[in-house]
Amino acid sequence: MSVHVKYRIGKSRVFQGLTILLSVACVVPLLFILVYIIQAGITKINWHFLTNLPKPVGESGGGIANALLGSIIIIALASVIAIPFGILCGIYLSENKKSKLAYWSRLCVDILQGVPSIVIGIVAYFWLVKPTGSFSALSGSVALAIMMLPIVVRSTEETLLLLPDSLKEAAYALGMPFHRVILKVILPCGISGILSGVMLSIARITGETAPLLFTAFGNPYLSTNILKPMQSLPLLIFNYATSPYNDWHDLAWGASCILLIWVLTLNIITKLITRKWKVQL
Amino acid sequence: MESTIVKAVDYNAYFGDNHVVKNVNIEIPRNNTIAVMGPSGCGKTTFLRGINRMHELIPGATAKGKILLNNEDVLEMHPIFVRLKIGMVFQRPNPFPNLSIYDNVIAGYKLNGIKLPKAEKDKIVEHSLTRVALWNEVKDSLTKKGSFLSGGQQQRLCIARAVAMEPEVLLFDEPTSALDPISTSTVEELFHELKKNYTLIIVTHNMQQAARCSDKTAFFYMGELVEYGETKQMFTNPADIRTQNYITGRFS
Ligand SMILES: Nc1ncnc2c1ncn2[C@@H]1O[C@H](COP(=O)(O)OP(=O)(O)OP(=O)(O)O)[C@@H](O)[C@H]1O
Ligand SMILES: [Mg+2]
Repeated sequence: MSVHVKYRIGKSRVFQGLTILLSVACVVPLLFILVYIIQAGITKINWHFLTNLPKPVGESGGGIANALLGSIIIIALASVIAIPFGILCGIYLSENKKSKLAYWSRLCVDILQGVPSIVIGIVAYFWLVKPTGSFSALSGSVALAIMMLPIVVRSTEETLLLLPDSLKEAAYALGMPFHRVILKVILPCGISGILSGVMLSIARITGETAPLLFTAFGNPYLSTNILKPMQSLPLLIFNYATSPYNDWHDLAWGASCILLIWVLTLNIITKLITRKWKVQL
Repeated sequence: MESTIVKAVDYNAYFGDNHVVKNVNIEIPRNNTIAVMGPSGCGKTTFLRGINRMHELIPGATAKGKILLNNEDVLEMHPIFVRLKIGMVFQRPNPFPNLSIYDNVIAGYKLNGIKLPKAEKDKIVEHSLTRVALWNEVKDSLTKKGSFLSGGQQQRLCIARAVAMEPEVLLFDEPTSALDPISTSTVEELFHELKKNYTLIIVTHNMQQAARCSDKTAFFYMGELVEYGETKQMFTNPADIRTQNYITGRFS
C-alpha cells in the first residue's frame, strides 16, 4: 500500500472519530441537566408534595398542588384556544397554496414564531389584564395560545401537504363535498402528524415563564377561577428558586423535576403517536 | 337503436390561457366501451375529467360548451350530483389508507354520511367485490386496511368502490398502466363484465387493450377529436392520417 493511501485512510479515521466525539459531546449537556435536576428533585417528590399547598416561610414540608393544577388549567385552556384555530388555519394553507391570503398568513405565522415570548406576554397584558383590571389565568392562556399557534399551523400544513392529491381526488370523485373530504379523509390520514405537532407545541409552552409573569401572575393559594391570578410550575420555580429560603429551594427543585418529567413524557407520547397512528399511504 | 348516454357539444377545456381540449363533439352510446387514445399531452385526461366535473378542481381550470348526461347538461348540475352518476377510476390505485377493505367499498356511502342497515351494506360489499372478481381473494380479510393489498387488487378495490355507488358511467384513466400483465388481464376481463350494466370510457395508451376491450375508439390529437368510430374500423382502416400515423407508431 502506498504511503499516500495510508495517509488518506488515516485522515478518514480521524474525521470519523471527530464526528463520533462531537455527537457524544452534544448529548453531555442534556445528560448533565437530567442527572442534576433528577438528583436534586426526585427525592422531594411524593404524594404529599403533589397534593399540598406550599407552607409559609419557616414551616418545612408543603407541596406544589396549586402550581400543578394551575399549569394544567392554563395549558388546557391555551390548547382549547390554539388547537382549533391552528388546525383550521393549517388546512386553509395546505388547500390554498397560492392565494394571497395564504401568503400573508403564512408570513404572519412565521413572524409570530420568532416573536420573543416576553413580547407576547406584554401584548396579552395590554389586551386583557389592563382592560379587565386583573391578572388572570385566562390572559396567561391567551399568551401561551399565541405561542402554540405557529407550531400547530405549520405542522398541520406540512403534514397535509405530504398527503398525495390522489387521495383527495378519490374522495371528490365519489361525490363528497369539501367539508367531508377534509373531515373524513384528509384529517384522519394526517392525524398522526397533526397530533404530534400539537404535543410538541404543548411541550414547548409548558416551561414558558416570561409571558405568565404579567398575565397569570402567580398565586400562593389554590385557585380554579380562570379570571383570577393563578399559580403555575414555571412561575413557582422562578419565585421560589430566587427566594432566600432553603425549604422553598427544595420546592423549586421538585417542581423543576416535575416539569422535566412532563416534557419528557410529552415527547415520548409524540413518538408513540407517530409510530402507532401513522396511516400507511 | 342504441341510445346516447353522454354527449359532448362544442366542449372546450382550459388551464388558464392554455386551451387544452378544443371543440370536442362526441356521442357515446349506452352500455358501450369507449377507448380514448392519442399521444401524450393531447388532452385525454383533461377531457375525461371534464365529464364528471373533476377538471374544475384544479385552480385556474375552466370549461366551455356542454356535456350532456341523458340530455342534461352536467355543467349546469351540481358537481356532487354529477360525480355520483359518473364514477371514476384513476391511473394509480388510490384506496383510502385509513379505511378497511369493507369500508373502502362503501366509502361513497359511509364518507358521505349516508346511513345504511348492516345487511344492506354487507350486500353492497359482497356484490361489488364479486363484480370486480375480488370477493374470493379478500372475503376473509375485509377488516384489513385497503392499502395492504397488491397493486392489482387495490385497483380492483377502487373499481368496486366506484361500482358500489351504482353510477351510470364509469371513467377510467389509464387504469392498468401501473399494473403487471396478470392484473391487467383481470381488469380487462372486468371491463367486459361491467359493460353489461355501465357505460365505460377508458383512456389507454395500450393499443391492444383498446382493440380487445372497446366497441368504439376516440382518437385525440393536440386537443382535438380527430377521429371517432368503431374500434375495428379505426384499427384496420383509419380515415385520418394522424390516426394512421399513431397506430403504426410513426409519432416521435
Ligand atoms: N394540472 C395542470 N395544470 C396545468 N396544465 C395542465 C395540467 N394538467 C395538464 N395540463 C396541460 O394540459 C395538456 C393536456 O394534458 P392531459 O393530462 O389531458 O394529457 P393526456 O392526453 O392525458 O396525456 P398523457 O397521455 O400523458 O396522460 C398538457 O399539455 C398539459 O400541459
Ligand atoms: Mg393522462
